[in-house]
Amino acid sequence: MSKSDLEKRTVMSPDGEPIEINPLQDYFCDARPKVHEPVLPILVLGFGTGCGAIEMRPLMTPRFDAYRFGIQWRPTPRQSSVFIISGYLSVKTLKRVIRSYEQMQNPKFVIALGSCTINGGMYWDSYNTIKRLDHYLPVDVYIAGCMPRPEAILAGFEKLKELIRQGKGEGANLYAKNFDWYKANQKKIIKDWDIPDYNW
Amino acid sequence: MKFSKLFKINEDRSLYPPLNSEGKVDIDLRSHKYVKLWHGPQHPGITGNMSLELTLLGDEIMDCETHVGYLHRGFEKLMERRKWIQCFPIVCRITVPEPDFNEYCFAAGVEELAGIEIPETAQWLRTLTLEMARLQSYLMWIGGQAGSLGMGIIGQWSNYCRDLVLDRFEELTGGRIYHMYIIPGGVRGLLPDGFEARMEETLKTIEEFMVDIDRVMFNNAVFKKRTVGMGYIDPKWIYQFGITGPNARAAGIPDDVRKKYPYLKYPELDFEPVVGKDSDIYTRADVRRRDLLLSVDLIRQILAKMPKDGDFKASTPNVLHWQIPAGETFIRSECTRGEFAYYIVSDGSEYPRRINVRGPSYTHAVALLEKMIINTNLADVAGLMTSLHTYPPEIER
Amino acid sequence: MNTLLDNIKTVFPNAEVWTQRKGLYHMSIPKEQLVTLVTHLKEVEGYLHLVQLTAVDWIEKNQFQLTYILNNPNKRIDIMVKTFIPRDNPTMETIHHLWEQAATYQRELREMFGIDFPGSPRVDKPFILEGWDNIPPYRRDFDTKKYAEETYFPRPGRETHDPKEYMKKKLYPDEI
Repeated sequence: MSKSDLEKRTVMSPDGEPIEINPLQDYFCDARPKVHEPVLPILVLGFGTGCGAIEMRPLMTPRFDAYRFGIQWRPTPRQSSVFIISGYLSVKTLKRVIRSYEQMQNPKFVIALGSCTINGGMYWDSYNTIKRLDHYLPVDVYIAGCMPRPEAILAGFEKLKELIRQGKGEGANLYAKNFDWYKANQKKIIKDWDIPDYNW
Repeated sequence: MKFSKLFKINEDRSLYPPLNSEGKVDIDLRSHKYVKLWHGPQHPGITGNMSLELTLLGDEIMDCETHVGYLHRGFEKLMERRKWIQCFPIVCRITVPEPDFNEYCFAAGVEELAGIEIPETAQWLRTLTLEMARLQSYLMWIGGQAGSLGMGIIGQWSNYCRDLVLDRFEELTGGRIYHMYIIPGGVRGLLPDGFEARMEETLKTIEEFMVDIDRVMFNNAVFKKRTVGMGYIDPKWIYQFGITGPNARAAGIPDDVRKKYPYLKYPELDFEPVVGKDSDIYTRADVRRRDLLLSVDLIRQILAKMPKDGDFKASTPNVLHWQIPAGETFIRSECTRGEFAYYIVSDGSEYPRRINVRGPSYTHAVALLEKMIINTNLADVAGLMTSLHTYPPEIER
Repeated sequence: MNTLLDNIKTVFPNAEVWTQRKGLYHMSIPKEQLVTLVTHLKEVEGYLHLVQLTAVDWIEKNQFQLTYILNNPNKRIDIMVKTFIPRDNPTMETIHHLWEQAATYQRELREMFGIDFPGSPRVDKPFILEGWDNIPPYRRDFDTKKYAEETYFPRPGRETHDPKEYMKKKLYPDEI
């Protein structure tokens, strides 16, 4: 490459139109929309807890691309900030979910997918699924549906980003403030409690 | 094949601890040679939650215990509390990625006990729905198998193709995942206008992507080295463990419920069961790939032979007051993973007495996996689990 | 089928056989002879494939019904072999020496119904439920709705309608 290649000049585009280019300008970064303030990248923990895991896969593919909204999937709780509870939770899974949630670092948010997290959904009389998620974990956004479409999940993410920008993403602080109440509810249904109690 | 010598179980045991009389290793956890690892509910092995408790010697697995139950909702108990027609929305959620086989088996069982005959068009539409469900499940599986070995691009392509099939489902039934299209008496509606043309377009796209997937995945040196000769299922184990479906057909046994116990309109379709010879992971993947292309061909045959009009639902009595006569029946069908069956007991009242679901993963994932996984490398566990194609929801329902 | 019927009747005079549809038969036998019958079917008659092992709770007759569904892959026949065991202290002989997969079915029956299969590998380890201290859940006297309402915190405001009563009120309001 010679020095003349790095100067501003006018070239012919493939359509036949003359355009001006500047090879040293970063077009991609300058084109970021300045309307919205940047939000934390939404790093979602990749733990498919129930039926909803099947509608999270299309989000990773180019058709309903979630990456363009800043949403990525991470394998461990230590690296993620959003926990998507996708559908019903059995008592056995709830113990693991609580442990993973407590391993995540602040700021953290919980999105509840599906109607099973709201009032038990289709399994409202089952002896093994929980009926109200917000008695065990603090929920920030509910997405209704059975299962919600990928577009609905993306709209839910937009709502979460709005909440964060307004400063209302207080789930983790609620958990710390009402810690005893949450723990009492959890211990009532998880009868063989053998994980450590966090006490911050 | 020269690769098989590298991976067969029990080839050279001089470096391993000796086996005791049951064929298992005496493990002393205090000797600091063994590590216990929990391959927990979240892992790249399968879609669903199932965990393995592994005991490792260095890199090799010496012992394994499976733990299931993370997705247990007590379906069979819930169905006893709901009337026959109220069971339908629940039944499709037993096996989340392939809901139509549940609906078909339940509807066929109820119709047999109640003595209802379904019309021609309904039988063709049911066959079409089952083949479409099989197609989209195989597409999701291919993404999972490649992804568990590190090839992520194939998951992107195959999930895109699966989305196209789900679009066709949405036109036909109104929902992407849970269709509730097959009801006792027939189906819920006819094909919309122009469905055949759009389906043909989808099938062409799928065939183009399958050519690419064939080149990238099946002709790939890394994939072959990691899967050929691995995960061997002895043909003697097939009936010992109740292995059905592509897992059995890859071992050479032509066991296909669509051919052996024909149901719906399969006798009028022209196909042969897809069989493989060496039963390792590569052959199972190949059998499923050919089965996928067979599904595409069957859908084309069905659309060509199907009558365009007609009755799509036989008349049933008022479903809210329906009392099915007492009796027991057993219905089986061929789903993507093997033999899927329902055992229905009725005592003549408005509520079912007992409905038992037999999912193929029940036998593949618990007893067989614990036997097959001995002496494999830790890095290959995910590939092995996906090659058995388990869906944990049907193990614990 | 008639040859099978004759063969079975000569060896097991207590067995009753009847037809459900072509290729599917019911067979009923007392509890003590079940394992011998199943072994005879597997070794002699060629019913190599155990499809399902399940139980039904007939609480009115104070019995459990165990159903073994066997399949002959060559002749393509299914047989549902039934036996009845008493409901108090239910036990049954294990068949895991015939099919290794039977151990899984027996674990599930032990946990869900309380039917014990002494000698089956790992039959007393919990299979599906964790920390369960109530009666086995699939029994008819376990009320799952009551348990769910007491243990979990259902959201208030739920109204359930019996479909029959609701439709009657809606369509024929004058007859109430």
